[in-house]
Amino acid sequence: MPPSSLARLASEEESMTYYLQQLLNGIQLGFVYALIALGYTMVYGIVRLINFAHGDVFMVGAFIGYFTLRALSGVTLAANPWLNGVLLSLIAILAAMIVCTALNVTIERIAYKPLRNAPRIAALITAIGVSLFLEYFTSLKFVFGPDYITFPSPLPSQTWQVAGLRFSGVQVLIAVVATVLLLALNYVVRYTKIGKAMRATAFDRDTARLMGINVDLTISFTFGLGAALAGAGGVLYVSAYPRVHTFMGIIPGLKAFTAAVMGGIGSLPGAFVGALIMGLAEVAAKSLYSTMADGVAFLILILVLLIKPSGIFGRAEVEKV
Amino acid sequence: MKLKLPSWGLLVILLAAGVLIQLAIQLEVINAYWALVLTYMCIAVLSSLGLGIIYGFSGQFSLGHAAFMGLGAYTAALITRYAGVAPWSFAVALVGGMLLAGGVAWLVGLPILRLRSDYLGIATLGFGIIVRVLFENSDKLIPATAGARGMTGIEQPQFVFLWAFLLLLGAVLVARNLRFSSPGRALLSIREDETAANLMGIDVVRYKTIAFVLGCSFAGLAGGLYAHTFLFLHPSNFDFIKSFDPLLIVVLGGLGSITGTIVAGTAWVAVLEGLRLVLPSNILEWRYVIYPVLLIAMMLTRPQGLFGTSEAGVLVPKEETPPAPALETEVTADGAHP
Repeated sequence: MPPSSLARLASEEESMTYYLQQLLNGIQLGFVYALIALGYTMVYGIVRLINFAHGDVFMVGAFIGYFTLRALSGVTLAANPWLNGVLLSLIAILAAMIVCTALNVTIERIAYKPLRNAPRIAALITAIGVSLFLEYFTSLKFVFGPDYITFPSPLPSQTWQVAGLRFSGVQVLIAVVATVLLLALNYVVRYTKIGKAMRATAFDRDTARLMGINVDLTISFTFGLGAALAGAGGVLYVSAYPRVHTFMGIIPGLKAFTAAVMGGIGSLPGAFVGALIMGLAEVAAKSLYSTMADGVAFLILILVLLIKPSGIFGRAEVEKV
Repeated sequence: MKLKLPSWGLLVILLAAGVLIQLAIQLEVINAYWALVLTYMCIAVLSSLGLGIIYGFSGQFSLGHAAFMGLGAYTAALITRYAGVAPWSFAVALVGGMLLAGGVAWLVGLPILRLRSDYLGIATLGFGIIVRVLFENSDKLIPATAGARGMTGIEQPQFVFLWAFLLLLGAVLVARNLRFSSPGRALLSIREDETAANLMGIDVVRYKTIAFVLGCSFAGLAGGLYAHTFLFLHPSNFDFIKSFDPLLIVVLGGLGSITGTIVAGTAWVAVLEGLRLVLPSNILEWRYVIYPVLLIAMMLTRPQGLFGTSEAGVLVPKEETPPAPALETEVTADGAHP
């Protein structure tokens, strides 16, 4: 037997764990993408706008998390380093969620609301404008600055070994926070009055208005809700990949949007499933052939669209003549 | 499609202007930097005219335009690398870039053009990213492109501005003749309502493909010029973000308006470079803060674009304004109307 295959046999067990580990990493990335993708899909569902600025709201969230943690550096909230780290992270996430909500609602009021009855492309161009503005304005020295900043993780860097798989505190944090937020979103959309208003407005805006729903408020709420998730996603993302800079939102934003389209735009479970596929595909492609990773993710997208143009969970729209 | 000229007098004046500007560049009355800006204006308008045919005329939302420009740019640069930059080989290179971009557009368009509106946009955007990734890895197959490090060593042909200017004039003529011909009217009807156009007997798939291939060929041609103007190609020059540039130009000018595309493209380059001059160097980074603010303000005040769908008089063939009685028989004859 040639030595190379011997080595392969010996490492088979190891490679199994390696793949499981990658699977775990993919799910972690997928959770973050899901938080961004839901904002895209809700906004698209309700106003039919590809909100290109959403990725930049995510970036702002990451920065708010960074500044919150910097302001709180040296503050000890609990004696246990884990509890302390989790509390600090939660405060950072909450701060990011609040600021992002305010930011996105403001953007919607100034830049998108006046264009609600204009051609759809006008709002899309405005969204590109808002995106560029957020990127370059925050790059100014007195705002966030143009540099790459290392994000200080408040959690201890210790990892656990379970059945050969490594878990880090950050991974658990991402999984728990994302799950809680997704469940909360599900509750809001399905069981609250405003959630019902959101669904009604997405279904038929004019009829919703006739039924006494405050459509403008509902749309603003949707933008705010999406931004809150993106803000939390921003803090979680930089907890896992600790580099903050003002252009960091473009690619994750694009991938999350792609995930939303893949899952069927406007569908919440679709966005979640699409995001998981996107995260797994990216990690898989990276571990196989790193420089091609971005290409693979989008190849999958095109294939999904060609096979089922309305996405995995999307309903095909029948054009009425 | 007969190539009809708008006005001989205007054409002579424009040709003379192009030659004069090139002369001024040769005599260094216009410095190298402004020569670059002027050439880039032509390239930006040329590429945007292509998107104008795809999106403005036929309503196919494409976000992958920069990728086709990149395909043309790399192809042309590789051809002149081996064939040199004599006028004939430069022409071959430009045509090569154009054909490759058009050919790829045809292959990609076959499956992808079935998608509609935003889905088409996302698919073309995805295609743009795949092409960028391929550019980044292209050095494994063709070492000369240098992949992610960027391609250098492109020679500059003579009179690049004049090349770009003349090709732009040609492209404007083609776009204008298309717009006012039977295939052009077919494209417009697809933009307005695909189902209705189909019911009227228009071969929707065929016309959509024609528009896409023609528009992407314009982008490929513009790419070849781009390569030989800036003499350096990097995959990030053709990233999906760059696909927004022609989109902004086309929408700002007014969807479907050739005049609008020319004015908006020229103004777009002028504003971006003008801000560089106006702003003191210590706040130069404000350039890209002011530009999006202008963009948003422009869209909020004039969502239909500068020109809407109207055209400057010189670009409109005489028989179209006012609609002469002869029009009706002409439309019936070309089969685009029952």
